[in-house]
Amino acid sequence: MEKKEEIVLAADICNLSALNEWIDALVAGADISPRVQMKISLAVEEIFANIASYAYAPQKGDVTIIGTVTDVPAELELVFMDEGKPFDPLARDDPPTDAAMEERGIGGLGIFLVKESMDKVTYRYEQGKNILTICKRIAS
Amino acid sequence: MEIKKEQNGTALILSLAGRLDAMTAPELERVVKSELSGITDLTLDFASLDYIASAGLRVLLATQKTMKKQGQMKLVHVNPDVKEVLEMTGFIQFLTVEE
Repeated sequence: MEKKEEIVLAADICNLSALNEWIDALVAGADISPRVQMKISLAVEEIFANIASYAYAPQKGDVTIIGTVTDVPAELELVFMDEGKPFDPLARDDPPTDAAMEERGIGGLGIFLVKESMDKVTYRYEQGKNILTICKRIAS
Repeated sequence: MEIKKEQNGTALILSLAGRLDAMTAPELERVVKSELSGITDLTLDFASLDYIASAGLRVLLATQKTMKKQGQMKLVHVNPDVKEVLEMTGFIQFLTVEE
């Protein structure tokens, strides 16, 4: 079985709850643990927040998300596409997680959480689009 | 997200319920900014907090920095999901998390 859905949202952080609801509906019926669901939620938020904050600023624009849930392998794939400034979020170094509090900033923390939570994260820039794909195994 | 405040002298307990995400973190930031003056003992009760993202971590970091100057801060009743995010990011090392 394969379930594939697409949503287009204005890249505005106000749409985060609408996006969360869409993801919930997409994975409804899949046998998925609350812990994995939390990680998906976390990755989705961090990617969406990044796009909402930087992709089009100070202008506005849309994000298209294509979600695919498969049985074999039991996996969720989400593809985020925007037509904003070319930006490879995977290009920057991970934040120093062992640094003292005084030296800790929050730069890069969001995308670090995406990488930690997902099994696979890839980026490409194609035909004027930033395309970020994340994959998570959802078998319990 | 809901934030409940309970003040006793210079001790303040903030109980958070729901999700500390990019949409709700500004609420906590506002409360912290307006309530921390004169507080020496801050407790963040996470018993009903289900979820935290980087926007929430940013507020925790700023709050911890403020409290280090004027007293102490601790997190209590942190659920496993939230704790995992604190561990992943290394925040667990400079936050005081009480079981």
